[in-house]
Amino acid sequence: MTGQSMHRRELLRGLAFGGGLLLAVRFGATASADPGPLVASPEDAAFAPNAFVRIAGDGRVTVIINKAEMGQGVSTALAMIVAEDLDADWKQVGFEFAPADLVYAHPGFGIQMTGGSTSVAGMTPSLQKAGATARAMLVAAAAQKLGVPLLELTTESGSVVHAASKRRLGYGELVADAAKLAVPTDAPVKDRKDYRIVGRSTKRLDTPDKVRGKAQFGIDVTLPGMVIALVARAPVFGGKVRSFRAEKAKAIAGVRDVVQISSGVAVIADRFWAAKRARDLLEIDWDLGAGASTSSEKLRAEYAALAQKPGMVGRRDGDAPSVVEAAGSKAIEALYELPYLAHAPMETLNCTVRLTADACEIWTGTQFQTVDQGAAAAVAGLKSEQVKIHTTFLGGGFGRRANPKADFVVEAVEVAKLAHAPVKVIWTRDDDLRGGYYRPMWTSRMRATLDARGRVEAWVHTIVGQSFMAGTPFEAAFVKNGIDSLSIEGSEDTPYAIPNVQVELHTTNVVVPTLWWRSVGHSHTAFVIESFVDELAARAKADPLEFRREMLKDKPRHRAVLERAAKESGWGTPLPAGRARGIAQHFSFGSYVAIVMDASIERGRPRVHRATVAIDCGRVVNPDTVVAQMQSAVGFGLTTALYSAITLKDGRVDQSNFHDYPMLRIHEMPTVDVHILESNEPSSGVGEPGVPPIAPALGNALFALTKKPIRRLPIRSEDLA
Amino acid sequence: MPIDLEVNGKRVSVDVDPTTPLLWVLREDLALPGTKFGCGAAQCGACTVHVDGASARSCVLPISAVAGKRITTIEGLDGKFGAALMQAWTEQDVPQCGYCQTGQIMSAAVLLKEAAKPTDGDIDACMSGNVCRCATYVRIRSAIHRAAEIASGGGR
Repeated sequence: MTGQSMHRRELLRGLAFGGGLLLAVRFGATASADPGPLVASPEDAAFAPNAFVRIAGDGRVTVIINKAEMGQGVSTALAMIVAEDLDADWKQVGFEFAPADLVYAHPGFGIQMTGGSTSVAGMTPSLQKAGATARAMLVAAAAQKLGVPLLELTTESGSVVHAASKRRLGYGELVADAAKLAVPTDAPVKDRKDYRIVGRSTKRLDTPDKVRGKAQFGIDVTLPGMVIALVARAPVFGGKVRSFRAEKAKAIAGVRDVVQISSGVAVIADRFWAAKRARDLLEIDWDLGAGASTSSEKLRAEYAALAQKPGMVGRRDGDAPSVVEAAGSKAIEALYELPYLAHAPMETLNCTVRLTADACEIWTGTQFQTVDQGAAAAVAGLKSEQVKIHTTFLGGGFGRRANPKADFVVEAVEVAKLAHAPVKVIWTRDDDLRGGYYRPMWTSRMRATLDARGRVEAWVHTIVGQSFMAGTPFEAAFVKNGIDSLSIEGSEDTPYAIPNVQVELHTTNVVVPTLWWRSVGHSHTAFVIESFVDELAARAKADPLEFRREMLKDKPRHRAVLERAAKESGWGTPLPAGRARGIAQHFSFGSYVAIVMDASIERGRPRVHRATVAIDCGRVVNPDTVVAQMQSAVGFGLTTALYSAITLKDGRVDQSNFHDYPMLRIHEMPTVDVHILESNEPSSGVGEPGVPPIAPALGNALFALTKKPIRRLPIRSEDLA
Repeated sequence: MPIDLEVNGKRVSVDVDPTTPLLWVLREDLALPGTKFGCGAAQCGACTVHVDGASARSCVLPISAVAGKRITTIEGLDGKFGAALMQAWTEQDVPQCGYCQTGQIMSAAVLLKEAAKPTDGDIDACMSGNVCRCATYVRIRSAIHRAAEIASGGGR
């Protein structure tokens, strides 16, 4: 670890002291002058001592969720944290999504957002305090009402109890009095040994509505007089409308108007189907621009050539390049290639806008409330506080709904300015897959040497790819000395004890828009590192588990997950003929994950039988959610390993729907065993850290079967022959 | 010309472009948003409904093709299997983002009707048309087994 490298956690800390405020200012987000208590509906808002909790006269507790619920279980986990310190009756706890307001900002980033697997870790202190403060006020109200000293009162499950007189008052009975009290600033939070809710597997609060079709996603929003719009966007990134003819489109019944906006041509109609049919009939003359020459195959060649040259140095321990060069043909070298990836959430992007002269209301599933708010205000010519964001459930996010450029929101506001009615802009699956903002394409060149005892002596990782954050308001926070820390995360902090380590980066400039994608930079570095480690282990004639353990002697948490996954998987014990195990571990978002994948090759394709996952994510709020996220990571990671690639020819994206951008399906899903390590460390990420080690664990199992390393994703049949 | 059909036990008449997929009639004209748009090409199953008791992908089914038919959506899924599936799905906390789950449940309901005690192979065959990007497949599988148990009187 050198002074140049910076862990995500340090970065967060850094942002908290300046970067956060800076970001908030750049995005034009505002805090309400006096956020005070948040009152949604006055009749049941008897007591709202802070922005995160409201208690009604009937005792119902509503926790205000400032994060996007995109499946990761955050609405339940955050409610559990408040409920614990409030000593609430869990059966009385519900939630609602917060409006956009800096009172709900991320403590590290200074904007209201969901990402980086930081929700629980980031919000825990504020939510504990919110719950504890409300509890203290209810106790104080009870003391007045019962005429007893505070110290004689305890709370349990939604009631204040006076044991001596066997009297008990439900929180609902106390809210009117509690609301009159001053809000204390020093209410103590609970001791962990007294926890009744946090740390126990708890049913998700959002499940009942989701199984009945009642959960409202952005695409389900309906407003009186609302129209539907579809946008024809440029077939090439950076393309512009030169001119268009809409006579045929306008002849479709139900079409209201066809208008030009920055991103293309929007068809506004009464119904989706009219807008869709009309869009298909538009005749648009596009100025494609320079992007029309972009091709994935050309980029692959350029990236491979760049990888041969020294890049900007992101980490330097010792002098790895010299050691590797001195070794000549004894050096071990491999080139790894990963494609652009689309997030492909099941709910395609959409955004509903109601715009008036002095207000803009937006309904959408977003991970980036105050960013969208600022961007919408700029387009609408309003102040941020005139823009109200209603966050719905997200039918998947994976980073796509956290765009610093707020593309799908900006576009919808532009349409709303021309629609003269509330409008819902809906993206089709083609629009979604071809709309850009992909996980960047990456090439990595790995070089290493082994010493006489087969230990890694030198390691050079040269990364080639686009920046995630250059050109966005996040650039100042993430790009230091020309290096986007997200491009090299997981590599610059590789935990393996190697005397000479160098990480280099070539940042390319390509017209294709890029964005974070579930696990961000780790989604490529973990595959490269963990695959290459197995190649080196094979060269050293070492067991891949032992080879890693040897290099992780001083990393107890890495070792613990690795050893646990290995043990639970039966590592080293025989498998049926034709099957093999592969192992990988990776640290990301504060959490340690190791996985063993048990796979075979059937009819020329990989088949995964069992995935054994071990995770250390510090103190756990809802263990069943950790299990669910690891199961999800396995399926999401296997989709990436087996199928996912966005490719371009002549600037056009080849893929258009699930037939050519396939998803893993139920018959391909392995058994998943999840083991959560007991930990007293602070809570860390869960939504993303499971993803990075999946593809390399599978690749390593296949490598064990075929003796041919997997160096390119998605895995092709020809790499298995 | 209005098209008559039965949706969740109610007779309805809709006057729309006859090429309109059933999905959009349900969502936009009949205020039944539980049936979801995922691909528009019968690739993902998010739009699964029952037409005369059989699974159908409503995103590619023109409304003219279902004139006079009996349609069931998640909002109208009741009876033994519907209740068992919703109970099992809730017990096992199957949904994550939840967007595909109504389609999953509609597909599973047809499976249970056809196979009172489905095998893993039956589940693979019936459910492989339903994509879940959150990959909740492990729980979908176990919830279907559990729902079969509930429906056959094994529920608690």
